[in-house]
This record gives sequence, C-alpha cells and structure tokens, in this order.
Amino acid sequence: MELKTNYKRQLLINKIFDVFFKYLGLFFLICALIALLALIGNLVSEGFGRLSFQFLSSFPSRFADKSGILSAWVGSFAVMLMTALFAIPLGVASGVYLEEYAPKNKITTFIELNITNLAGVPSIIFGLMALGLFVYKMSLGQSIITAGMTLGLLVLPVIIVTTREAIKTIPVHIREASYAVGATKLQTIRYHILPYSAGGIITGIIIAMSRAIGETAPLITIGALTFIAFLPASPFISQAPFVSTQWMFDPFTVLPIQMFNWVSRPQEDFHTNAAAAGLILIVFTLTLTAVAIIIRNYFRKRIKW
Amino acid sequence: MPTELENIKAEVKDLNFYYGDVKALKGVNLKIPEKKVISLIGPSGCGKTTLLRCFNRMHDFYTNHSHTGEIILNPEGVNILDRKIDPIEVRMRISMVFQKPNPFPKTIFENVAYGLRVRGVTKRSVLLERVEKALTVSALWNEVKDRLDQQAFNLSGGQQQRLCIARALAIDPEIVLFDEPTSALDPIATARIEELVSELKKEVSILIVTHNMQQAGRISDYTGFMYMGELVEFGDTDKIFTNPKEKLTEDYISGHFG
Repeated sequence: MELKTNYKRQLLINKIFDVFFKYLGLFFLICALIALLALIGNLVSEGFGRLSFQFLSSFPSRFADKSGILSAWVGSFAVMLMTALFAIPLGVASGVYLEEYAPKNKITTFIELNITNLAGVPSIIFGLMALGLFVYKMSLGQSIITAGMTLGLLVLPVIIVTTREAIKTIPVHIREASYAVGATKLQTIRYHILPYSAGGIITGIIIAMSRAIGETAPLITIGALTFIAFLPASPFISQAPFVSTQWMFDPFTVLPIQMFNWVSRPQEDFHTNAAAAGLILIVFTLTLTAVAIIIRNYFRKRIKW
Repeated sequence: MPTELENIKAEVKDLNFYYGDVKALKGVNLKIPEKKVISLIGPSGCGKTTLLRCFNRMHDFYTNHSHTGEIILNPEGVNILDRKIDPIEVRMRISMVFQKPNPFPKTIFENVAYGLRVRGVTKRSVLLERVEKALTVSALWNEVKDRLDQQAFNLSGGQQQRLCIARALAIDPEIVLFDEPTSALDPIATARIEELVSELKKEVSILIVTHNMQQAGRISDYTGFMYMGELVEFGDTDKIFTNPKEKLTEDYISGHFG
C-alpha cells in the first residue's frame, strides 16, 4: 500500500518535470525566433524602401541615393561560381576517395581528423594563408579567382564531410549486390554510390555555398576592394573561342564588403543602403537553403532500401 | 558422394580460412557437380556462409582475413582464390543471391540489366531480350512485364528476391550462390523460390546455404553438413537425411542441437 502511494507521488513529480521542460524548451525556441524575426524585421523596415531597379543596376557612388549594388552582386555571383568550380570537384572527389579507396590506417585517420579540424579554423586564417600563397606566391592578384579559391578552401571541409556522411548511409548490401555481378569499384561508384548519395552531397554543397556567400573577413584580408565602379570582363567575347577567362583575374567586391563599407560611413542614408543590401544577401541565402531542401526531398523520394 | 560420371564444376581443396586468428574453415574439401543443387547446412557460425563467400571472393572487400588451400573452377582448372586471379572476372562467372532481398533503388529493368551494363552491353534490344529471359526464368516476367520502368522497391519481398535472382542470372553465370535466400520471406514466397531453384539447376550449378533442413531436403541433390568450420559429412541428400554416417550429422538432423 505504501509502495503504491510513493509510486503515485513520484509519477506526479515526473509529470510536473515533463510539463516544465516542455514549456522551458518552447520558451527558448520562441526567444530565438523573436531574435531572428527582430533582425529581419529591422532590416526590412530600414532597407525595403530603398530596394529598386536603380539600386540593383547602379555602381556605388559618393551620393547615397545614386549608389547601388551592381558591382557587389555581380562580384558575389562570380566569386560563388569560382568557389563552386573549385570546391565541388575537389570536395566530392576527396570525400569519395576517403570513403571508398583510402586504406583504413593511421595516416587516413590522421587526415580525417585534420579535415574535421579545418572546418573549425577561423575564416580570417584562410584569408592570411591566401594572401601569402595565392596573391603573392602564385601572383594571382586580388582577383575573383583568388577569392574563389580562398572561399573554396574554406568550405572544402564541409563538402568533404557531408559527402562522406551521405556515402556512409548507403547500406553494405547494396554495394555487395553491385560487386556480386562483376562490377568494378568505379562502376559501383558511378552507378550506385554517387547517384544514391547525390541528395546529401548536393545539400552539403548548397549549405557550404550559403556559408561562403556571407564571408567577409578572408576577402578583406586578400585585399578585395571596398569601392568599385566597374564590372569584371564579360565571359563572352565576339571573337573565337567566344569565351574568355579574363573575368577571373579582375578585381571585385562582394555584397557583405559593400555593406561593411556603407555601414562604416557616418551618413544615415548609407546605412539604409547597407540594410537594403543586407536584405538582398538574406534573400540569396534563404533561396539557396530552400533549393537545398527541395533537392533533398526530391532525392529522398527516389531512394529506398 | 558425386559419382565419377558427373562433371565437376568446381572443387574446394584443403581450404582453411581465418578471420584474424580465428579459424573459420578447417580443411574443407568439396566437389560441386555441374547442374546440380548442393546445400550446405549447419548451425549458426559453422562457416557455411564464409565458405559460400569464398566462391565469389566477397571477402576481398574486408580486411584481416587469410586463407590457405584452393577452389578450382573447371573447365580451365584455375584456382579462383589465387591472388593473381581477378576477383571481378570470378564474379562475372559466379554470381550470388543474398540473404535479404537487396534490389537497387532503380527500376525493375535496370536492376536486371545492371550485370549486362557493367559488361558494356548498351544496345537496348539486347538488354531487353536478356532481361526478359532472366525474368522469365525467375518466374517474375508475368508479374512485372507491364511495369519494367517502375521502382523495384515497390515489389513485395518475395518478388524482390526473385528480381535479385533474375539479376544474378542475367549475366549467364556458371554457378549461382544462394545465401539463405528465403530466410526473410514468408512460406508462400519461400515455396516459389524453392520451385525456382529446382528449375534453375537445368541451367547452372547451384550452391545454397540454408538454415532450414527441410528446405535442403526438398531442393538439393547433395547436402553438406558443416560444424565448427569443418565439413563433417557430404553426400546424396537422401543418404544424409536418412542414413548419415557421422553421429554428429545424425544428432543435428534429428534436432539434438543447432
């Protein structure tokens, strides 16, 4: 009888804790959401009125109302393209190599550990390294290609790790089924490993890109310009071979640097410009995240073991 | 024992197999006659799956194992366990059906055609012909002929396993290995697979590992009983089940242990 009452009392206490933690969690979640909403709300209220075609199609200017983010968004776009060209093949290939080919020994473990560590290195360190290596040693200058390679290195660990995680989810029995009919390793990777992990890999790439797009410190370190009133050379030219790589070697600026430049000015109007540029940047990032989610769901529906 | 009149497709000679320091196979000798069904029975951990996976070099994907002895594949008389022999070539001649149905998350057609694709067959008409033949032999054609482009995971478990058999047959193997192919299936699906195996022996040699002694009795021409890594007894299925020579075999078959 005594046991029974004790039991009921304990149950009551357990239930109180249960409810308490539920609402505590909810409270913190709401705090986080409010902070985020306040941030976006502030940006919108400050900057939304400034958004116009003129803003998107003008170069920066001494006059706040004539300024625009043309060179910044084109620069961001070009740098992202360069980052993707550099980081995706390297990252995916490294991930596949580590997961499929690398012998399981101490050297591999050491390399894996360091890749994970690399993901935690502050981005400005990458900037310093790039300044010494790409800008001076390799004489690539303060160009889009330097920026792309710097950001590429910065997000490389993210792509390698997500590629490996995506590959790891493929069950052993699927690999064995492929090998059992006489497939080679490369055929197994080509027909099974890559297609089945594509959803995870692409999601990782997009997450990596949305991190790279907001990076400022390493680009300032390599000497990206903060005020630039011209566009990089066109990738298309009128003579054969009709494409040009000149744009890769041109100077550039990117959205966060343009924002930084405007915020640091005393005039209130430039702050409005910064808020508007910030909105564009957030829209960029949210779009990338949304695309990542859509791609992941698309691939998930197709894969079942 | 298989009589001298029969063609021997493969022969295991003094095979010892080690996982690290653990000896999993102890001096196994076994003859696989052509176009017969051979069952391997025995309690869990007796080494029957280890032996089966030696035939298509599946152990190559894992580390920390070693072996001595040979598996000779006729008519050439090559030792398929030889490091110099390409395991991929071995797997092109000896295919395998696994314990759990493991279709690829691709269409029914692509699942069966895969073994041909890795051989470089790209002509649609050839692929279609071979896929139809393999599915017909696997008794699945009538059920799936109208939906070859549907995903294989929409099939039932039994159908999936027959699809895996079709995949293993499409490449015209000389031996097909079955690793407890019905242990994940219900009795009706099991019966269909068993019928299928009995049909298949007209075409290929079959080596099947099973937990289920009745199954071995129903479908196989020869049965080997394995215990603690040794092939205790091997012979005509009827003799093994009615009049085993070894006390150990008799005890296992009559359910005293296992």
